[in-house]
Amino acid sequence: MRDHPLVQLTLARMREFYREPEAIFWVFGFPIVLAFALGIAFRSRGPGELRVAVLRGAGDSTLAAALARAPGLTAAVLDSAEARLQLRTGRIAVLVVPGDPVVYRYDSTRTESRLARLEADQVVQRARGRSDPARVADQRVTEPGSRYIDFLIPGLLGMNLMGSGLWGVGFSVVQARTKKLLKRFMATPMRRSHYLLSFILSRLVFLFLEVAALVGFGWWVFHVGVRGSFSAVAFITVLGALSFAGLGMLVASRARTIEAVSGLMNLVMLPMWILSGTFFSYARFPDAMQPFVKALPLTALNDALRAVMIDGSRMSELGAPLGIVTAWGVVSFVVALQIFRWR
Amino acid sequence: MSPPVLPIRCAGLTKRYADVVAVAELDLTVDARECFGLLGPNGAGKTTTIEILEGLTAPDRGEVEILGMRWAGGARGRALRERVGIQLQETQLADKLTVAETVRLFRSFYRAAHSVDEVLGLVGLEEKRTAWVGKLSGGQKQRLAVACALVSRPELLFLDEPTTGLDPQSRRQLWEVIGRFRAAGGTVLLTTHYMEEAERLCDRVAIMDHGKVIALGTPRSLIASLGAEHVVEFALTDGALRAPSPAELAALPGVRAVRPGVDRTALTVAEVHRAVPALLGLLERRGAELSLLATHHATLEDVFVSLTGRQLRDA
Repeated sequence: MRDHPLVQLTLARMREFYREPEAIFWVFGFPIVLAFALGIAFRSRGPGELRVAVLRGAGDSTLAAALARAPGLTAAVLDSAEARLQLRTGRIAVLVVPGDPVVYRYDSTRTESRLARLEADQVVQRARGRSDPARVADQRVTEPGSRYIDFLIPGLLGMNLMGSGLWGVGFSVVQARTKKLLKRFMATPMRRSHYLLSFILSRLVFLFLEVAALVGFGWWVFHVGVRGSFSAVAFITVLGALSFAGLGMLVASRARTIEAVSGLMNLVMLPMWILSGTFFSYARFPDAMQPFVKALPLTALNDALRAVMIDGSRMSELGAPLGIVTAWGVVSFVVALQIFRWR
Repeated sequence: MSPPVLPIRCAGLTKRYADVVAVAELDLTVDARECFGLLGPNGAGKTTTIEILEGLTAPDRGEVEILGMRWAGGARGRALRERVGIQLQETQLADKLTVAETVRLFRSFYRAAHSVDEVLGLVGLEEKRTAWVGKLSGGQKQRLAVACALVSRPELLFLDEPTTGLDPQSRRQLWEVIGRFRAAGGTVLLTTHYMEEAERLCDRVAIMDHGKVIALGTPRSLIASLGAEHVVEFALTDGALRAPSPAELAALPGVRAVRPGVDRTALTVAEVHRAVPALLGLLERRGAELSLLATHHATLEDVFVSLTGRQLRDA
């Protein structure tokens, strides 16, 4: 059994991978470093403190003190040049100019500035004696899965499946072709299907480790859970890995040099890094682009992973995205087999 | 009784690349247990020929029979591949696999095969079992490539420039490997541009140039076709000025042929002891001064030069 060509080819694939320290880092280390850095940078801090400033002039210190007492605001008194600089660089959200009328100077395209203006205005109006007629009360909720890191981990998982699928398959195939190893294999009775299957099998072995590393890290450091079933996550990641292995095969099917395949690889991956909602929601792109964005395999994979991990969706609800992922894989694989350059 | 099956038979092989004819109307047969050499300068069409015979390149025209079978896809092609061992000129085996892992991988493609230890013993790489391929010397890599070709216990072994770029010691080690394979009854087709390799290893050689066989026979018979066994080379200090004409040289006793070259003139000579004193006398009468005088036994190199007028190395 151990001497079956499929086993030996798969072992060779795996050995070549784990004996390459750089490959280990890019597949296992990099996504974890990325998740850690982004998780820290965008951790939920409650509503952030908004910095406002009062322009030096009559009544500045009284106004600044009143503003500073309001929850969520910090205030300073600045002279004109400094105030202009800080406003321009975004270190203060609003500059309040005391007088009659009180002038708010701010950039109305910044959400933060508009919020600060409302808060500051409330302080100013109340200081002049405004009273609020309605009684209100706040009730704060934290929905599990609503943090940025909860959004990020499934996206990184999808992106990693894409990267290791394309690189893992594409790079090795083209390397074997440039080193004439592919031609050498053709001079043996090896079955072509065994060669191609060995890539898929070794991908599945490493896939298990990749997914476990990233999901485990998210759970351990940021308490990112999986709301749906683990078997659904497993199924979707296997499907995604196979699909991107097929795409990798297609990208590598004709290329004769490492440079050529690297270029093709980036051409395929770059649009998906940006468009497929790994780091931010693809809903931000214009409506006209949405059908294109949603047809990308990484978009579909990310959607399916988020649906299971965040919303706890069942597999039966994920027909559309899983269909897209499957179709990309099958079509790529079939086309790759037709046009594959075996020497 | 039917005639015995020839390991290699091809007729009318032709292959063009763009506007270059790599192989032109080539006919060859290789007998069982024979070591046959394709000789020629780079670009003569040796590699194209051997790859057509190996079933890796399709000829434009002509037919090939290997061990009585034709190359085909599917199960029939695989059945033939089981019986043939191939080493390609440019293959780089995976650097990050060990020697034993590499042999084991190739072994897994065949039904009947040597054990890993047996084949490493055949090529003398037992001590490198666990070394990474990337750490091997050029000669060791080449012996590993031959090990991968031998692992299936082939009847027929194809070797494409197996010793090119190797130091003399590594070359001799590979020659021994080939010798052992032949002693066990195997047939070998190899290409080389080292004439001494062909003389040493091959029962018969075909000298190729521009995609054609320009001479075919045993190394001994090809050398004998020069009509003389020795070559005398000389050069003069002041070049052509006082040089004797080819006709004068040809008239010297024992000289069979004259080949003027760029920097030296070569004479094919039957009897060195008569030709050299006569040459020295001629040069002295003309007042020419020697800057070089050398003699050697005629080689296949001399056969190539006499056939094409070019040196093998720079042809």
